[in-house]
Amino acid sequence: MRIAIVDESPARAAVIEEGLRDAGLTDVAVFTDRKGIAARLEAFAPDVVLINLANPHRDELEELFALSRAMARPVAMFVDQSDTAGIEAAIDAGVSAYVVDGLRKERIKPVLELAIRRFRAYSRLRAELDEARGALAERKAIDQAKALLMKKRAIDEPAAYAALRKAAMDSGRRIGDVADAIVTADRLMGDL
Amino acid sequence: MSNTPFRIGFLPLVDAALPILARELGFAEEERIDLIPVRDMSWATVNDRLLYGHSDAAHLLAPLAIATTLGLGRPATPLSVPFVLGLNGNAITLRPDLAERVTVIGQPGDIAAIGAKLASIVHEGGERLRFGVVHRYSSHNYMLRYWLVGSGIDPDRDVEIVTVAPPFAADALASGEVDGICVGEPWNSVAVDRGAGVIVAVTSQVWLRGVEKVLAMRTARMEEDPHLTNRLIRALYRAGVAFVDPKRLDEIAAILARPDYLDGSAALIRRAISDQILFARGFPAIHVPDFMFQHREAANFPWVSQAAWLYAQMCLAGHTEVNEANYHAAQHVFRPDIYRAALRPFGVPLPGASSKLEGGIVDSLGVGTTQGRLILGADRFFDARSFDPDALDAYLTGTNRP
Repeated sequence: MRIAIVDESPARAAVIEEGLRDAGLTDVAVFTDRKGIAARLEAFAPDVVLINLANPHRDELEELFALSRAMARPVAMFVDQSDTAGIEAAIDAGVSAYVVDGLRKERIKPVLELAIRRFRAYSRLRAELDEARGALAERKAIDQAKALLMKKRAIDEPAAYAALRKAAMDSGRRIGDVADAIVTADRLMGDL
Repeated sequence: MSNTPFRIGFLPLVDAALPILARELGFAEEERIDLIPVRDMSWATVNDRLLYGHSDAAHLLAPLAIATTLGLGRPATPLSVPFVLGLNGNAITLRPDLAERVTVIGQPGDIAAIGAKLASIVHEGGERLRFGVVHRYSSHNYMLRYWLVGSGIDPDRDVEIVTVAPPFAADALASGEVDGICVGEPWNSVAVDRGAGVIVAVTSQVWLRGVEKVLAMRTARMEEDPHLTNRLIRALYRAGVAFVDPKRLDEIAAILARPDYLDGSAALIRRAISDQILFARGFPAIHVPDFMFQHREAANFPWVSQAAWLYAQMCLAGHTEVNEANYHAAQHVFRPDIYRAALRPFGVPLPGASSKLEGGIVDSLGVGTTQGRLILGADRFFDARSFDPDALDAYLTGTNRP
């Protein structure tokens, strides 16, 4: 089965491609650039096109499908219209599929399910990355706040950290937030 | 009692104004609806969300609602249009050097004369011009084709028409990917501001009362809760009344410009909604009185004959075959009966008829209503043809040409 992945994000496309290859689907091509995609896609002649639901170029792609002879009758958006749970899952994950008519739907269902899992995996990756970035920023604020406390109150590092932790617990906030407040306050107040 | 959550899909265009204003100005809330606008970047996605129940209604291209009902390009799902979100509001923008050869830059010209000049350029041979429209099943495509055909240009052989999503239309023009675009506002003005294009005509010059975006719902969804549909129509109607209040222009432009909605320049949006069109960079904006209709003169009324006209254009473009059952289904997408049922208690003037001879009103005309007075403005086509929904075959074979 030939599968085309259309995605302007190379990272996301790679995550999906990898999943498909792991599942033994090796006839896969990734299209990240919009320019000339019509001709390239037509030349590749896929059985299935997987595309990000939010892809802004889907209207162009549908126009291509309507015109192209190679993609003679690409219809089945989400394959089996009666499978509402499957459709819901696909929409939630952000994937849509175009299938060239004639491909049996039993064959496409596992591909779509795989794509849904990979789309989800990608958004989880993104969320983790954002979280990691957040944690890094928080770490930095805590270090700065500790340094400020050590200097101004002439205490050592464990004592500075303990003071931060106590303030956080007393006010029901996170240490990172308290540290951030101290750094911000110092920036505003300076040496007052 | 809590408000009913109701999701409406939309694209960032000024004619998505009424659902946005129904929410922001509190009309939806007064009808106990928690209206949640859902923004997308392509019509395909807006349509998907509607079809698969991710949204309850959508700001949609009128012909796309018909194509979806007829099952063109995907399995058929019956859609209904109980309310029209606006008429016209699109423009035709050409790359500056091409525009110079067909019009006087910076002002609206005679669209028939511009078409004739374009035809002579096309027939000289040389390069084959490419035009970008926003979707295969869009009024932009059909209006452009109507104008080209009426100007003696074969839209399939003499030129090329490709699809470009509205937010990329100005880019496509700037990069030379296309020579002209037919798109809604603010995207023509964006192209003009960048110096990438010059507006040569507005679509109200092609058809003065051309149906544009509609409120589309799955027929099943609409019928399952008729009271909710009625409340929604009333909220949208009141948003329309607010939209045409000249004192609210700044407020409305500011709302539409917000990042959640059009995410654009309030100044550009204000220009479009006050019918002030800047045809070319460095020229003053010119008032085009009938650039877009969001409310006036029964603009929100879903005339069955407008759906019929669109179906006729779909047949002429080869997008569907002429077929009695499909013609009937296409007309039935527009639901004046629902519109009337929702607004009758409001005491607003409602047209007595559901269909009219499109292009048949030369001057403003008072029409029969169930109550009050209603004036319909002229609805002429640029070639002075008219469309009688009861004579589709004659129209398609061209025998009703003047």
